[in-house]
Amino acid sequence: MSRYLGQRIGERDAVISGIGRSAVGRKLGRTGLSLTVESALQAIDDAGLSRDDIDGLATYPGLMNASPGMSPCGVGDVQDALRLKLNWYSGGPEVPAQLGAVFNAVAAVSAGFANHVLVYRTVTESSAQTATRRASVVGSGADRVGGIMQWMVPFHAVSAANWVGVYAQRYMHDYGLTRAQLGQIPLNQRRHAALYDKAIFRDPLTMDDYLGARMVSYPLGLYDCDIPCDGSCALIVSRADAAPDLKQVVRIEAIGSALTGRNSWDQRSDLTETAAHDCTPMMWARTDLTIDDVDTVQLYDGFSFLTITWLEALGLFPKGEAGPWLEGGEARIGIGGQIPLNTNGGQLSGGRLHGYGYLYEACAQLRGEATGRQVAGAEVAVVGAGGGPLGGCMLLTKDR
Amino acid sequence: MTFQPLPEVTDDTVAFWTGGADGQLHIHRCRSCRTWFHPPAPVCPQCLSTDVGAEVASGRATVRGFTINVQPWAPDMVVPYVVAVVALDDAPGVQLTTRLVDVSPEAVRVGLPVEVTFVAADDIYLPLFRPVSS
Repeated sequence: MSRYLGQRIGERDAVISGIGRSAVGRKLGRTGLSLTVESALQAIDDAGLSRDDIDGLATYPGLMNASPGMSPCGVGDVQDALRLKLNWYSGGPEVPAQLGAVFNAVAAVSAGFANHVLVYRTVTESSAQTATRRASVVGSGADRVGGIMQWMVPFHAVSAANWVGVYAQRYMHDYGLTRAQLGQIPLNQRRHAALYDKAIFRDPLTMDDYLGARMVSYPLGLYDCDIPCDGSCALIVSRADAAPDLKQVVRIEAIGSALTGRNSWDQRSDLTETAAHDCTPMMWARTDLTIDDVDTVQLYDGFSFLTITWLEALGLFPKGEAGPWLEGGEARIGIGGQIPLNTNGGQLSGGRLHGYGYLYEACAQLRGEATGRQVAGAEVAVVGAGGGPLGGCMLLTKDR
Repeated sequence: MTFQPLPEVTDDTVAFWTGGADGQLHIHRCRSCRTWFHPPAPVCPQCLSTDVGAEVASGRATVRGFTINVQPWAPDMVVPYVVAVVALDDAPGVQLTTRLVDVSPEAVRVGLPVEVTFVAADDIYLPLFRPVSS
């Protein structure tokens, strides 16, 4: 893609020097700040740094009081709790999906604003969910709805299950994808969750269970939807030449942050494509590596169908051919398969850490620390997060 | 009270959200290059002219994709219902998320011809769609 020719690949100035993950579960009864402190201190320690080394702070989507549990802990809370002395910080929702906070941190490091940026994402959506209130449903309050939500919510398209349901239905219509083929995604994630003691749902899931479960928003059923959880992930983005322990750093080979289609869930000219199809070409244009070099993919599965958009956008199969490809099941996407997918159980079985669980898992795989679920010889990983108009992806490599 | 969130109204969106009072669908259009566009904005996305405004569209549309919502997301919500993305027949490139009414969910398909019908709530006239009466 000529639009990237001649550009500096600034993401290679930065590395992921440390990772942290708090307790993750259902209704943990802890505050967002408590979970964040746990993951943050772990990441700082893992990197071989101290609190005083942290001079940058970034999060997605920033403090959101209006959506209970969605983002209970902003940069201000963390900066003050840890008394960080920051040269740079950023928190907000208008970025290339969940990983946008990481991209901002990488840019800040590359620009010389900071040497070590603590990046975190914290959710308490499980604790926030009550019998009459769901953190993920828009429009249940008394206020009128603005922004892009106004074009969906007044028509009772209140949940992402509705917005993604339209995409999935249209893909099925155009390309013949079946529910059983789609079901390979949640079945795969459940198999992997069984290998990971920190995943939330680990009991075996059969195709009969999947097909027999209640519908949520046709064609998406119960097991096509991820699980609200409480938890926090953190990572340290460091200047490559300032990382204390080069043996464990994860290199950032390329980032895809593009949004070239409509910024909308319902205005794309092809309703089977999402921003994943915008940002993956940018990522591939910034590297000599190809999909054939990738050892594992950790891709957004807030809904099973979104994973299909990522797999397709990355070029794993020709457009429209997700169904037959997925019929390969474990041989395609299992550990030991063609391209191991969501080796920690993803969000479908592991909990909605909202993008950052994938990044944590990719780093664990590249560092060879994915006990019980390790992809043999994993050196290159793709992380992709988002759906609809939101998308961002990263190509990560083991230090070589 | 039935579940019915309502949109904010701004100078840009007032024609779309309240224009249904006269039974017609109002969609933004460029007065210079005549391109229809949505959501309403103060500039034409095609030629960047700021000479734009709402015009009446026929209200005929075609279903492009849909989902049958079964989950009651709020206590006062009536399920199931059909959410669809429809493309306006006479406004190329313009599509809307809407709710389909007067149709059984099993009868909805991609390509179904539909027409606008408005439901009033406060100052808002929500453009819902139903199958074209033959």
